[in-house]
Amino acid sequence: MNQKHQPEMLSGGAMVIRALRDQGVEYVYGYPGGAVLHIYDALFQQSEVKHVLVRHEQAATHMADAYARASGRAGVVLVTSGPGATNAVTGIATAYMDSIPMVVLCGQVMSHLIGDDAFQETDMLGISRPIVKHNLSVRRPEDIPAIIKKAFYIAESGRPGPVVVDIPKDMTMPNQKFPYEYPTEVKLRSYNPNSKGHPGQIKRALATLLSAKKPVLYAGGGVILGKASDELTELARRLNLPVTNTLMGLGAYPATDRQFIGMLGMHGSYEANQAMHHADVIFAVGARFDDRVTNATKKFCPNATIIHVDIDPASISKTITAHVPIVGLVKPVLQEMLNLLDKQADKASLDQAALEQWWQQISQWREVHGGRFEQRSDLLKPQAVIEAVWRHTKGDAYVTSDVGQHQMFAAQYYKFDKPNRWINSGGLGTMGFGLPAAMGVKLHYPAAEVVCVTGEGSIQMNIQELSTCKQYGLAVKVINLNNGYLGMVKQWQDMNYDSRYSSSYMDSLPDFVKLVEAYGHVGIRVTHPSELDAALEKAFSIKDKLVFLDIHVDPKEHVYPMQVPGGAMNEMFLSKTERT
Amino acid sequence: MRHILAVLLENESGALARVVGLFAQRGYNIDSLTVAQTEDPTLSRLTLVTRGDDQVIEQITKQLHKLIEVVKVSDISESAHIERELMMVKVKASGEQREEIKRCADIFRGQIIDVSPTTYTVQIVGTSEKLEAFLEALAGSQILETVRTGVSGISRGEKALAL
Repeated sequence: MNQKHQPEMLSGGAMVIRALRDQGVEYVYGYPGGAVLHIYDALFQQSEVKHVLVRHEQAATHMADAYARASGRAGVVLVTSGPGATNAVTGIATAYMDSIPMVVLCGQVMSHLIGDDAFQETDMLGISRPIVKHNLSVRRPEDIPAIIKKAFYIAESGRPGPVVVDIPKDMTMPNQKFPYEYPTEVKLRSYNPNSKGHPGQIKRALATLLSAKKPVLYAGGGVILGKASDELTELARRLNLPVTNTLMGLGAYPATDRQFIGMLGMHGSYEANQAMHHADVIFAVGARFDDRVTNATKKFCPNATIIHVDIDPASISKTITAHVPIVGLVKPVLQEMLNLLDKQADKASLDQAALEQWWQQISQWREVHGGRFEQRSDLLKPQAVIEAVWRHTKGDAYVTSDVGQHQMFAAQYYKFDKPNRWINSGGLGTMGFGLPAAMGVKLHYPAAEVVCVTGEGSIQMNIQELSTCKQYGLAVKVINLNNGYLGMVKQWQDMNYDSRYSSSYMDSLPDFVKLVEAYGHVGIRVTHPSELDAALEKAFSIKDKLVFLDIHVDPKEHVYPMQVPGGAMNEMFLSKTERT
Repeated sequence: MRHILAVLLENESGALARVVGLFAQRGYNIDSLTVAQTEDPTLSRLTLVTRGDDQVIEQITKQLHKLIEVVKVSDISESAHIERELMMVKVKASGEQREEIKRCADIFRGQIIDVSPTTYTVQIVGTSEKLEAFLEALAGSQILETVRTGVSGISRGEKALAL
């Protein structure tokens, strides 16, 4: 006998939480406040969706963001109206710039008060508009399931990004109940994000690639977002292509592989930037030719034919003209290229003699700088610290970072062999990202080693989260490269302002060891190279506690190589005294 | 180069703000913009006049497409099209001037749509150039007020911007 399906009656607040559950959400990061109290009450009355209480809403967004970067699924944030929502803005912009899927549920004042400058009212739809993929507002409580489904669909599909949902308090009243049903799919006539790429263009791209004598495969964060690391690696190996990754793409191709020539761009390797500059074919996959990669666009790779695969048509030919553009998801496009190679096995390789010569040239370039740095027995070098962290974690940790010199050292010296392991704010460059990001990863992957590489400047931008770590037992390892300066600012002041350190010296730093101990964690200070290995060994042997290593490093160190501003890809400073 | 973009977008609150915001955020020009509901009440039709080289116009078109609520975008100035703008001009009209302004309006196929003892209000429909030519022709008169709708455009022939 058929029973007529009777949908359950739920309040708007309960529907928000039930929709999250039905979407498969395990954790929500947030902070309660007046406009979201009904939703928080609904959270309290169930146990499937768990809530993590941060100490500042910015941290909630970074936790959700990092979870998304590590897992590929949208992270979820819940904040109240007004200051709760505006505190989340930096984190939303961070996710937007790096195309990270995120759903941010913001409380809003009662519908009838909107526009009246009510208590804790801000126009969050207006504020967030330039930094979201999309935003939505709830006007009828019964629409909540469909709106939340739509938010996840938009956030996770195509070129991912954050979606803000504005929920007025009267949409969540506990005494007003509506039939609840979670939609199984979403269709939008104005949004069709799944493109496999034009077959003709893919053929052309492969023919162009096979005709190359000096090819470079330039892979960005889109390969990681598109879960196409395996396909990329297979294609690169089959054709013996040199591979460079962007800051966002690190791990898309294994860094310890012989075909990997390092990161490219402003602080990219000498060999990657030289290879790009001299390439005859550049195969760009899920990368967007941003200004930190190209240097001066007019001088960019003068001899290169450019093949560009990206899901976002607006990224193609935005700064650098693509000769063979392919709009499509990177995974099916690369799969199709591999299929084509299978079918034409007899002519499925490049000119081997030319390629051999190209590799010889690259080997010579590798000798020129080779990631060298000054070795000192009396002074800790930040590069040496990162190398030691890499050794102690066997290259298998999730590494989050803040922004500055330490970020570049981590990108250069921690060799990422897997995607989703390197978690940093590349586009927006958000200081304060690292610690909450590490927390977001650790929460979901409690057995994994999660390291936050930071500096004494960045860590203080969200240091209050040490309290959240205590509450939820998040045993991350913090590597604080403490040089007593805002290092990257100082480096630019050394190079461009005759070392006038305008506001880059932090002369009232806390005793970090005492500080972390006050929060209930373990602090270790390292001031001499001879102490480093023992300290790291101890830190990584403590599995159940947050360990904060305050490592005093050479305050005079600069990040090299560094592209000469306004120059071509291959114009670089190689040290304080050498330039190309 | 001047381009006329026709945009179909979801007739939802906030959709227009997204389009306008995009132009402000990315530093694109808007010469004029008109928007109203279409025969399908779920859709709005927007005509936007902008300027830029080919690369800029390509970016504008792509960025418009990226907005979730934008259904279709077409650069109608790329092929044969018709464009019209409506202008109302309130002009001082007394004594001999009244006859002169009336004649001028007739030449431009304008209509006098409001009359007072001292003023005429003239309605002119045409391309933006025609409207400007009319204002020049009135140079000897005292213009009290002008209001223009901005350009609306449509492709010639069977080509149509529809779902």
